Amino acid sequence: MLAFILRRLAQSIVVMGVVALISFMLFRYVGDPVASLLGQDSRLEDFEDLRQRLGLNDPFYVQFGRFVGNALQGEFGISYRLQTPVTELIMSRLPATIELAFASALIALVFGLSLGVFTALKPRSFLTGVVMTLSLVGVSLPTFLIGIGLIYVFAVELQWLPSFGRGQVVDLGWWKTGLLTESGLRSLILPAITLSLFQLTLIMRLVRAEMLEVLRQDYIKFARARGLSNRAINFGHALKNTMVPVITITGLQLGSVIAFSIVTETVFQWPGVGSLFINSVQVVDVPVMAAYLMFIAFVFVVINLIVDILYYAVDPRLRINASGSGK
Amino acid sequence: MTTQPNLAPPAAAKPRSRLYRMWDSDIFFSFRRSPVTIVAAIVAVLLIGAALLAPWIAPYNPFDPSSLNLMDGFTPPNSQSMMGNYFLMGSDHQGRDVFSTILYGSRVSLFVGVLATAFAMLIGISLGLTAGYVGGKTDAVIMRVADIQLSFPAILIALLIFGIARGIIPPSKQENMALWVLIIAIGLSNWAQFARTVRGATMVERQKDYVSAARIMGVHPLFILVRHVLPNVMAPVLVIATIGLALAIIEEATLSFLGVGVPPTQPSLGTLIRIGQQFLFSGEWWILFFPAITLILLALAVNLLGDWLRDALNPRLR
Repeated sequence: MLAFILRRLAQSIVVMGVVALISFMLFRYVGDPVASLLGQDSRLEDFEDLRQRLGLNDPFYVQFGRFVGNALQGEFGISYRLQTPVTELIMSRLPATIELAFASALIALVFGLSLGVFTALKPRSFLTGVVMTLSLVGVSLPTFLIGIGLIYVFAVELQWLPSFGRGQVVDLGWWKTGLLTESGLRSLILPAITLSLFQLTLIMRLVRAEMLEVLRQDYIKFARARGLSNRAINFGHALKNTMVPVITITGLQLGSVIAFSIVTETVFQWPGVGSLFINSVQVVDVPVMAAYLMFIAFVFVVINLIVDILYYAVDPRLRINASGSGK
Repeated sequence: MTTQPNLAPPAAAKPRSRLYRMWDSDIFFSFRRSPVTIVAAIVAVLLIGAALLAPWIAPYNPFDPSSLNLMDGFTPPNSQSMMGNYFLMGSDHQGRDVFSTILYGSRVSLFVGVLATAFAMLIGISLGLTAGYVGGKTDAVIMRVADIQLSFPAILIALLIFGIARGIIPPSKQENMALWVLIIAIGLSNWAQFARTVRGATMVERQKDYVSAARIMGVHPLFILVRHVLPNVMAPVLVIATIGLALAIIEEATLSFLGVGVPPTQPSLGTLIRIGQQFLFSGEWWILFFPAITLILLALAVNLLGDWLRDALNPRLR
């Protein structure tokens, strides 16, 4: 197992290296960093001077090495647009995104699992038909339309919930949380539902398909013959064996959650990392884009690693045959 | 729904027209048997036809400033404005007819969607054929790149390409090139599915005798790939292309909604929704509602057609 994790770790480092190279090229060759930092009416000597001081005249590999070194220390330069350190910007907006992502993942897991199990155990129920049809519509609806629809129903017509922002936040050191105030929690509901819907339908359909497959297996018939209770069969044997693909997809889908969080944050004007990224793409704020890219890649790599390790916890067969590399 | 074998011996039947034989084929049999698919096809044909014929159908030209009148603004659907102009789906803040903007908007959406899918298909098929046929290191490299692409969400990749293009292209040319940047960005974020499928199918095909025979006869590999292998791997590609078209349309709408898509002078359905969202709170729901419904119908219809095509072309898959 250790060898397997080490190999995955090495792969992750390679991926991070490639991403670092891309974001360095982005940082260095898209637009002119010197022109962006100095004003339009600076003297030519100032340009050359700053160029020298920033080390932009050094050979490529020296610059790249410096970029990686800085990145490892969490140093990504200064935002062209806001004139503040990029790391500070991202850190100040990260809590909002993380709270949103976790709230939506929680909703997706709880409802996705229970609806999936329900629709698999009661395939002929009327409710199953309703849920399956709704999920088909949910998959083909773009995220931003779901968000707008929710805003229209719950914020404009019913006026139950706020439609934008994070509400009141409480300061816990550097982490500003919206989970402790009523307005913060109320503001979280609509964005979290919007973000979770895609994942929810995915998990539900997956759990249902896997459950239907597993319930046909011989060991389930045998368990029934042994006279085990329905609950023990359905949850102890069937559900447990559907968990491997569910974990994989859920884990890998966390990446999509980040992507959809860009959309959701824009719809709800949620002050998170995603809306920061959109704003920087619009004005070509390259340091923020480069840092965001590195950040996303890091999250991806960590998630993939965790998913791989979780396999071992869930599926004992993998402990014997370490050559199966997932996906 | 199983497709039944054609019981009548084909030789005994008198020769039918080509059209009839097509109608009688397995694929169209499954088409006729599925009412959902028929409805989806009708909706898709209507929407696509309306988009193509937009200049002839649209009651107004929404992009001709001389025909716009601010006094027409915010006219509710199915009513006449103060100026006496009739608006089927109402008008927006600038007095543009929502129905006409939708017709022209779906044209832009479809244009971007179709070209982006075609671009993704072109890259995916050529890389997939190469990887599957050559194998070895080439295969490993191409497939690793595809893996990386697939693990990043398409929207994110498209956004990034868009941002890079913005930095490289001089601002004066950006408006003209925005549509093409969008097509390339969406195409580049969707090719991996094609590459994977084509590679798998190619690896199966290249084992077969007809490929060996062609190779022994000294046919150029490129010719073998394009003339012999490609036609045999097209079925799954068609399925992915159809579903990919729906995805590309939604992706374009999302990017335009985020404000990084098509230029404002050529609004697509996503841009129209973005505009309409501003008036959600003031009660002018129709500016948002009709473009949104059009987008949903378009995406859903194409998706359903893709689903049907998948089942029809591959009966084992069900």
